[in-house]
Amino acid sequence: MQNDYDVVVIGGGPAGLAAAIRARELGLRVLLLENRETLGGIPLQCIHPGFGLHYFKEDLTGTEFIYRFIYKFLDMEIEHYTGAHVVSIEPFSDLEKRLRVVTSKGVLDITTTTVIYTTGARERHLFEIGITGHRPAGVYTAGEAQTMMDIDGIMPGKEIVIVGSGDVGLIMARRFALEGAHVKAVIEIMSYPGGLTRNVVQCLQDFGIPLYLSHAVTRIEGTTKVEKVILTKVDENLRPVPGTEKEIECDTVVIAAGLVPYLKVLERAGVIIDPATKGPVVNEHLETSIPGIFVAGNALVINDLVDYVVEQGELAAESAYLYIQNKGIPTKKWRKLVKGRNIRLIVPHYLSGDNDVIIYARVQKPEENVKLHFPEINKEIKLPFVKPAEMIRIKLRKEDITKAKDKITMEVVLNE
Amino acid sequence: MERKKVVVIGAGVVGASIVRVLSQYNELDVYLLEKNVDAGMGVSKANTAIIHPGHEDDPKKCPLRAKLCVRGNRLWHQWVKELGIPAKFPGELMIAIEEDDLKVAEHYLELAQKNGVPGVRLVDNEELRKLEPNVNPNVAGALWAPTAGVMDSPMAAPALVENAVANGVRFFPETEVQGIKIENGEVKGVKTNKGFIEADIIINAAGLYSDKISKMAGIDYFTVHPRKGEYYVFDDDATPKVTRILHQTPTPVTKGVYVITEMHDGLMIGPTAEDLPEDAKEDTSTTKEGLDFVWEWAQKLVKELPPKNKVIRTFAGLRPEPPDGRWIIEAYDDPWGFINAAGIRSPGFTSAPAIAYYIVEELIQKKLDIKLTKKSHWNPYRRAYWFKDLPPEKQNELIKQDPAYGNVVCMCREITEGEIVNVITRMKSMGVKIITLDGIKMRTGAMAGTCQGSYCRIRIARIIARETGIPLWEVSFRGKGTEYGIGDVKVLLRGNGGDKNAE
Repeated sequence: MQNDYDVVVIGGGPAGLAAAIRARELGLRVLLLENRETLGGIPLQCIHPGFGLHYFKEDLTGTEFIYRFIYKFLDMEIEHYTGAHVVSIEPFSDLEKRLRVVTSKGVLDITTTTVIYTTGARERHLFEIGITGHRPAGVYTAGEAQTMMDIDGIMPGKEIVIVGSGDVGLIMARRFALEGAHVKAVIEIMSYPGGLTRNVVQCLQDFGIPLYLSHAVTRIEGTTKVEKVILTKVDENLRPVPGTEKEIECDTVVIAAGLVPYLKVLERAGVIIDPATKGPVVNEHLETSIPGIFVAGNALVINDLVDYVVEQGELAAESAYLYIQNKGIPTKKWRKLVKGRNIRLIVPHYLSGDNDVIIYARVQKPEENVKLHFPEINKEIKLPFVKPAEMIRIKLRKEDITKAKDKITMEVVLNE
Repeated sequence: MERKKVVVIGAGVVGASIVRVLSQYNELDVYLLEKNVDAGMGVSKANTAIIHPGHEDDPKKCPLRAKLCVRGNRLWHQWVKELGIPAKFPGELMIAIEEDDLKVAEHYLELAQKNGVPGVRLVDNEELRKLEPNVNPNVAGALWAPTAGVMDSPMAAPALVENAVANGVRFFPETEVQGIKIENGEVKGVKTNKGFIEADIIINAAGLYSDKISKMAGIDYFTVHPRKGEYYVFDDDATPKVTRILHQTPTPVTKGVYVITEMHDGLMIGPTAEDLPEDAKEDTSTTKEGLDFVWEWAQKLVKELPPKNKVIRTFAGLRPEPPDGRWIIEAYDDPWGFINAAGIRSPGFTSAPAIAYYIVEELIQKKLDIKLTKKSHWNPYRRAYWFKDLPPEKQNELIKQDPAYGNVVCMCREITEGEIVNVITRMKSMGVKIITLDGIKMRTGAMAGTCQGSYCRIRIARIIARETGIPLWEVSFRGKGTEYGIGDVKVLLRGNGGDKNAE
């Protein structure tokens, strides 16, 4: 008996749309499931530019970028449900995954040969970053505030403190300022900004918004509505320095403390998670530890650029195609990609040497005048600087990969 | 038959239990007044959620606590089923960490005998490890109390009130009592921000503010001060968990930090017991010191705690602490008709149903000598279900009737739009005027999972706005002053409000 689909794509954001389009181009029988009422995911609410510079060689807003995919997807008449929630994925066998899906048309039981999991990330919230104090109205995650302002057209508050200087926090600081709010501070626990330099300049400096580096919000005050935050300096171990407490009065706290892959259903299905990326462990086909389940986009690793997310979606679709052609990913000798000096995370985790592979990595700390060094294969790539905020994306050639026996270490070394 | 008007002040779990029992009688017109926008938004919302067995109170020191806790435990066993409140009865282990602590445990074994708590016995280390595989293997032993339970406590007061209203009780939220009218030594009614309400009997179940209400009736010999308890809650997938309820034998330093697995499958640890000044009745803030204390003590009970990065929430609740810890549950000759259910500290949640019966049977019927007869048509049941727990055939039936049941809004807890709309309808019919995000959270558990609402809160706010016909920004967390937004996105640019950073 044939499965209902060759591939079910879970998630209709950029990774999922790109994966579904590519899978259909390859002739696969595709179903896409999206939890929200509309296709498109998070870029829908990103009305700022900076999207598509790599993929389309154009500077688009998130909304413009994602609509190109939505229109293409709809033109191809790919089967899909919006408002669909995947309750469970049962990996019955390498050739059959069973999905239970709740939709407004009923509860569906679906079989498929492969799954591409592209559910994106969730935001870290107040309680995950050790803030104590009251729990009043007026605390939002950055994404929630962005949805409020740019999907629903409502204003969260007037006097804003932003916790976290990643790109999301920086962009929201500017967004609030543009709507007439007083952004009183962006607070960053690290000694360097979490986002791209261009965003620090364009979103904070151009608007006169103060950035507090090496500071942490330790407490929120206000029994009904936010009244103020308490911040302290932190030492090099990120511990609060006593006696450095400072208050900032505000009515709104926006938590922009980073993203975590949202994998509840996939974790229940039993995939192995990398504690560094908090996404699944994958091979160069973006296949997880469960054969035939692939993952792409922010569900795999938190990306800086939607262009990378789309690239991963397309690769996952090509991998699903390979899987279906061969009834599984052919057995290979895998080489493990290992984190060396100043590497915080790296994907994919296993390389075969059969293909050129794009590596995505982040460093632990900023350094200048460095090189990426792969000792086992004698490869070096010079870089003017590395920063945790900027994902490293490099291609390893298969000829290089095959030079290694069983592992390839990637490390950052200083240029002597 | 002369009818009596009963006004109950405070829709926490005590007041709500009282009106549930009062609603069983023919002769009473019952009014439940609550200063907040909804039932259960005060003390009853944040606590350890345990249905205690009743062996921790000495009948010589606190006779009411000792007696009513045991009965309350048995009543909850019945009420949670009648009211559709998620609950379980995994039993409780009072852990003796050191050999010496076993003597303390033995003391509580005696109290269990005195109080009539069934099934309590000492277990040695070997049996303890079988009863609770995740217990710290180095502890001496434990006192095992199999009748202990855990319930979804934030849901209790709303569920009780909903059922009571279905049985004829009238619920008045946003109604703050400002004075009590007394004539000729008898209560006549209450003055509120919404006007005067006549009453023959007034029952004070105002929690932290029960001293203030009592004072209005001229009974001012006690004060109630807040005692804070802080907690951690872990994600539902964080391990290790515990099967039983764990706490340690009380010491001079702490009455005991509990380790439980709450009804949404997350490990929960706490509380502290910090005495606050009498006027700090809204201080539910957490502190680093308090949370560190909880962590330190909880660690002694289990092999290990889940990693701290699996914490999804920290919170604090307040207990209304009366002088010497003695509940004030009394009817008075002067003013006649005034009844206190004041300073109901732990084990108040467990005892609430028994407190309600005690007030009706011992105080209203015996002391005040009011003859009551039971209604023939009283309905103990509140129908409740969770979509995710239904078999697929039932789910499909519901979706066919209303496609909104096929729209999962809160992904972490798998709560559907259909359930949210259903809850809003129930809230309206029980008399809630302002449908709040917290009201939905208490009743469904939505917005309280892994993402703490960062994904679904706006989706639920949209549903509230749609169902109640208000702009999205006016949807609130818990009523006035806690609105979701301040206006449309151009409100600051249009008005003169709002500073501009660029200037």
